[in-house]
Amino acid sequence: MDKKTTIPVKIKIQNKDFDVSEETKILRENQTGAIVNFVGVVRGFDERNNSLIDSMTLEHYPGMTELEIEKIVEQSSKRWNITGVTVIHRVGKLLPSDQIVFVGVSAKHRQNAFDSCNFIIDWLKTKATFWKIEENNNQKKWVNYNLSDDEATKKWVV
Amino acid sequence: MVIKYFSWIREHIGKSEEFIELPDNVKNISELINYLNDLNDDYKKVFVKKDLIKIAVNRTYCSVETKISNNDEIAFFPPVTGG
Repeated sequence: MDKKTTIPVKIKIQNKDFDVSEETKILRENQTGAIVNFVGVVRGFDERNNSLIDSMTLEHYPGMTELEIEKIVEQSSKRWNITGVTVIHRVGKLLPSDQIVFVGVSAKHRQNAFDSCNFIIDWLKTKATFWKIEENNNQKKWVNYNLSDDEATKKWVV
Repeated sequence: MVIKYFSWIREHIGKSEEFIELPDNVKNISELINYLNDLNDDYKKVFVKKDLIKIAVNRTYCSVETKISNNDEIAFFPPVTGG
Protein backbone atom coordinates (compact mmCIF):
# COMPACT_ATOMS: atom_id res chain seq x y z
CA MET A 1 0.00 0.00 0.00
CA ASP A 2 1.18 3.48 -0.81
CA LYS A 3 1.71 5.71 2.16
CA LYS A 4 -1.05 8.31 2.52
CA THR A 5 -0.16 11.97 2.44
CA THR A 6 0.73 13.46 5.79
CA ILE A 7 0.27 17.12 4.88
CA PRO A 8 -2.68 19.05 6.36
CA VAL A 9 -5.69 18.64 4.05
CA LYS A 10 -9.05 20.33 4.60
CA ILE A 11 -12.01 19.36 2.38
CA LYS A 12 -15.43 20.93 3.00
CA ILE A 13 -18.70 20.78 1.10
CA GLN A 14 -20.99 23.48 2.49
CA ASN A 15 -23.85 25.86 1.79
CA LYS A 16 -22.28 28.84 3.46
CA ASP A 17 -19.76 31.21 1.91
CA PHE A 18 -16.04 31.03 2.64
CA ASP A 19 -13.55 33.72 3.59
CA VAL A 20 -10.47 33.62 1.32
CA SER A 21 -8.27 35.64 3.67
CA GLU A 22 -9.19 33.38 6.59
CA GLU A 23 -8.38 30.26 4.55
CA THR A 24 -5.10 31.79 3.36
CA LYS A 25 -4.16 32.54 6.95
CA ILE A 26 -4.66 28.85 7.86
CA LEU A 27 -2.52 27.73 4.89
CA ARG A 28 0.23 30.16 6.01
CA GLU A 29 0.76 28.02 9.10
CA ASN A 30 2.10 25.11 7.01
CA GLN A 31 5.85 25.99 6.89
CA THR A 32 5.11 27.68 3.62
CA GLY A 33 6.92 30.03 1.25
CA ALA A 34 4.11 30.31 -1.29
CA ILE A 35 0.33 30.00 -1.44
CA VAL A 36 -1.75 29.78 -4.61
CA ASN A 37 -5.50 30.24 -4.25
CA PHE A 38 -8.10 29.57 -6.92
CA VAL A 39 -11.62 30.97 -6.43
CA GLY A 40 -14.43 29.93 -8.78
CA VAL A 41 -17.26 32.44 -9.14
CA VAL A 42 -20.81 32.15 -10.52
CA ARG A 43 -20.93 33.77 -13.95
CA GLY A 44 -24.04 35.84 -14.57
CA PHE A 45 -24.25 34.63 -18.15
CA ASP A 46 -24.16 31.37 -20.05
CA GLU A 47 -21.47 31.73 -22.71
CA ARG A 48 -22.52 28.63 -24.65
CA ASN A 49 -26.16 29.73 -24.99
CA ASN A 50 -25.54 33.46 -24.90
CA SER A 51 -28.10 33.97 -22.13
CA LEU A 52 -28.24 35.52 -18.68
CA ILE A 53 -28.47 33.54 -15.46
CA ASP A 54 -30.60 34.57 -12.47
CA SER A 55 -29.24 31.90 -10.13
CA MET A 56 -27.60 28.52 -9.99
CA THR A 57 -28.23 25.57 -7.68
CA LEU A 58 -25.63 22.91 -7.00
CA GLU A 59 -26.22 19.40 -5.72
CA HIS A 60 -23.69 16.69 -4.97
CA TYR A 61 -23.27 13.07 -3.93
CA PRO A 62 -22.39 13.22 -0.22
CA GLY A 63 -19.66 10.74 0.58
CA MET A 64 -18.44 10.22 -2.98
CA THR A 65 -17.66 13.89 -3.58
CA GLU A 66 -15.29 14.04 -0.61
CA LEU A 67 -13.67 10.73 -1.62
CA GLU A 68 -13.00 11.93 -5.16
CA ILE A 69 -11.49 15.20 -3.95
CA GLU A 70 -9.33 13.29 -1.44
CA LYS A 71 -8.01 11.11 -4.28
CA ILE A 72 -7.16 14.16 -6.39
CA VAL A 73 -5.39 15.89 -3.49
CA GLU A 74 -3.51 12.68 -2.72
CA GLN A 75 -2.26 12.41 -6.32
CA SER A 76 -1.27 16.05 -6.29
CA SER A 77 0.69 15.73 -3.05
CA LYS A 78 2.64 12.81 -4.52
CA ARG A 79 3.48 14.73 -7.66
CA TRP A 80 4.49 18.08 -6.19
CA ASN A 81 6.26 19.08 -3.03
CA ILE A 82 3.42 20.88 -1.25
CA THR A 83 2.76 21.58 2.42
CA GLY A 84 -1.02 21.95 2.69
CA VAL A 85 -4.28 21.89 0.72
CA THR A 86 -7.74 23.34 1.35
CA VAL A 87 -10.69 22.62 -0.93
CA ILE A 88 -14.07 24.18 -0.16
CA HIS A 89 -17.00 23.68 -2.54
CA ARG A 90 -20.38 25.27 -2.01
CA VAL A 91 -23.74 23.62 -2.76
CA GLY A 92 -27.30 24.96 -2.75
CA LYS A 93 -28.59 28.11 -4.42
CA LEU A 94 -26.01 30.69 -5.53
CA LEU A 95 -26.31 34.03 -7.30
CA PRO A 96 -24.12 35.64 -9.98
CA SER A 97 -20.77 36.78 -8.52
CA ASP A 98 -21.10 34.40 -5.53
CA GLN A 99 -18.04 32.32 -4.74
CA ILE A 100 -18.50 28.61 -5.62
CA VAL A 101 -15.19 26.90 -5.02
CA PHE A 102 -11.91 27.54 -3.24
CA VAL A 103 -8.71 25.60 -3.88
CA GLY A 104 -5.73 26.77 -1.83
CA VAL A 105 -2.33 25.10 -1.96
CA SER A 106 0.71 25.97 0.11
CA ALA A 107 4.28 24.94 -0.74
CA LYS A 108 7.81 25.96 0.09
CA HIS A 109 8.24 27.27 -3.46
CA ARG A 110 5.72 28.88 -5.81
CA GLN A 111 5.88 26.59 -8.87
CA ASN A 112 4.77 23.56 -6.88
CA ALA A 113 1.85 25.56 -5.45
CA PHE A 114 0.82 26.87 -8.91
CA ASP A 115 0.97 23.46 -10.59
CA SER A 116 -0.71 21.57 -7.77
CA CYS A 117 -3.58 24.08 -7.52
CA ASN A 118 -4.10 23.94 -11.30
CA PHE A 119 -4.08 20.13 -11.24
CA ILE A 120 -6.60 19.96 -8.39
CA ILE A 121 -9.17 22.30 -9.94
CA ASP A 122 -8.83 20.65 -13.40
CA TRP A 123 -9.53 17.18 -11.99
CA LEU A 124 -12.19 18.42 -9.56
CA LYS A 125 -14.18 19.74 -12.52
CA THR A 126 -14.16 16.35 -14.26
CA LYS A 127 -14.36 13.91 -11.31
CA ALA A 128 -15.96 15.49 -8.21
CA THR A 129 -19.67 14.62 -8.11
CA PHE A 130 -21.40 18.01 -8.37
CA TRP A 131 -24.19 19.03 -10.73
CA LYS A 132 -25.41 22.53 -11.54
CA ILE A 133 -28.83 23.66 -12.59
CA GLU A 134 -29.19 27.20 -13.95
CA GLU A 135 -32.30 29.31 -13.52
CA ASN A 136 -33.28 32.11 -15.87
CA ASN A 137 -36.76 33.75 -15.99
CA ASN A 138 -38.12 30.85 -13.90
CA GLN A 139 -36.82 28.35 -16.46
CA LYS A 140 -34.48 25.69 -15.07
CA LYS A 141 -31.83 23.94 -17.11
CA TRP A 142 -29.25 21.36 -16.05
CA VAL A 143 -25.80 22.47 -17.13
CA ASN A 144 -24.20 20.16 -19.71
CA TYR A 145 -20.68 19.04 -19.04
CA ASN A 146 -18.00 20.90 -20.89
CA LEU A 147 -15.70 18.93 -23.19
CA SER A 148 -13.01 21.56 -22.68
CA ASP A 149 -12.84 20.47 -19.01
CA ASP A 150 -11.88 16.96 -20.15
CA GLU A 151 -9.33 18.48 -22.52
CA ALA A 152 -7.85 20.49 -19.65
CA THR A 153 -6.95 17.34 -17.74
CA LYS A 154 -4.91 15.94 -20.63
CA LYS A 155 -1.98 18.19 -19.85
CA TRP A 156 -1.50 16.29 -16.57
CA VAL A 157 -1.22 12.87 -18.15
CA VAL A 158 2.40 11.70 -18.10
CA MET B 1 -29.06 -2.74 -2.31
CA VAL B 2 -29.51 0.98 -2.46
CA ILE B 3 -29.57 2.80 -5.80
CA LYS B 4 -29.06 6.57 -5.88
CA TYR B 5 -29.95 8.93 -8.71
CA PHE B 6 -28.71 12.48 -9.24
CA SER B 7 -29.43 15.55 -11.37
CA TRP B 8 -31.80 15.03 -14.37
CA ILE B 9 -31.69 11.28 -13.86
CA ARG B 10 -33.29 11.73 -10.42
CA GLU B 11 -35.97 13.96 -11.96
CA HIS B 12 -36.75 11.50 -14.77
CA ILE B 13 -36.99 8.51 -12.45
CA GLY B 14 -38.86 10.51 -9.81
CA LYS B 15 -36.85 9.51 -6.75
CA SER B 16 -33.43 10.19 -5.30
CA GLU B 17 -32.89 6.65 -4.05
CA GLU B 18 -34.55 3.27 -3.77
CA PHE B 19 -33.88 -0.05 -2.09
CA ILE B 20 -34.17 -3.24 -4.10
CA GLU B 21 -33.54 -6.91 -3.45
CA LEU B 22 -31.23 -8.05 -6.21
CA PRO B 23 -32.58 -11.02 -8.21
CA ASP B 24 -30.14 -13.95 -8.44
CA ASN B 25 -29.60 -13.50 -12.17
CA VAL B 26 -28.42 -9.86 -11.80
CA LYS B 27 -24.68 -9.97 -11.28
CA ASN B 28 -23.32 -6.77 -12.82
CA ILE B 29 -24.35 -3.19 -13.65
CA SER B 30 -25.37 -4.04 -17.19
CA GLU B 31 -27.79 -6.70 -15.92
CA LEU B 32 -29.09 -4.30 -13.26
CA ILE B 33 -29.91 -1.75 -15.98
CA ASN B 34 -31.79 -4.43 -17.95
CA TYR B 35 -33.68 -5.40 -14.79
CA LEU B 36 -34.67 -1.77 -14.08
CA ASN B 37 -35.67 -1.21 -17.71
CA ASP B 38 -38.17 -4.05 -17.38
CA LEU B 39 -39.80 -2.38 -14.33
CA ASN B 40 -41.18 0.63 -16.19
CA ASP B 41 -40.63 3.12 -19.01
CA ASP B 42 -39.16 5.84 -16.76
CA TYR B 43 -35.98 3.76 -16.46
CA LYS B 44 -35.95 3.00 -20.18
CA LYS B 45 -36.14 6.72 -21.02
CA VAL B 46 -33.11 7.34 -18.81
CA PHE B 47 -30.93 4.37 -19.66
CA VAL B 48 -31.40 4.76 -23.41
CA LYS B 49 -29.06 7.75 -22.94
CA LYS B 50 -26.31 5.44 -21.77
CA ASP B 51 -23.52 7.62 -23.17
CA LEU B 52 -24.61 10.39 -20.78
CA ILE B 53 -24.67 8.25 -17.65
CA LYS B 54 -21.84 7.66 -15.20
CA ILE B 55 -21.94 4.84 -12.69
CA ALA B 56 -20.50 4.42 -9.22
CA VAL B 57 -20.40 1.32 -7.02
CA ASN B 58 -19.73 2.04 -3.37
CA ARG B 59 -18.81 5.63 -4.23
CA THR B 60 -16.17 4.71 -6.80
CA TYR B 61 -16.49 5.21 -10.57
CA CYS B 62 -17.01 1.93 -12.40
CA SER B 63 -18.22 0.46 -15.70
CA VAL B 64 -21.25 -1.56 -16.78
CA GLU B 65 -19.21 -4.75 -16.39
CA THR B 66 -18.57 -4.15 -12.68
CA LYS B 67 -19.85 -7.01 -10.49
CA ILE B 68 -22.41 -6.09 -7.85
CA SER B 69 -24.03 -7.66 -4.79
CA ASN B 70 -26.94 -6.88 -2.47
CA ASN B 71 -24.73 -4.98 -0.01
CA ASP B 72 -23.59 -2.43 -2.59
CA GLU B 73 -24.51 1.22 -2.99
CA ILE B 74 -25.00 1.98 -6.68
CA ALA B 75 -25.32 5.45 -8.17
CA PHE B 76 -26.33 6.67 -11.63
CA PHE B 77 -25.56 10.26 -12.57
CA PRO B 78 -24.67 12.50 -15.55
CA PRO B 79 -21.13 13.76 -16.20
CA VAL B 80 -20.24 16.16 -13.40
CA THR B 81 -20.43 19.94 -13.71
CA GLY B 82 -18.94 21.34 -10.50
CA GLY B 83 -16.16 23.83 -9.94
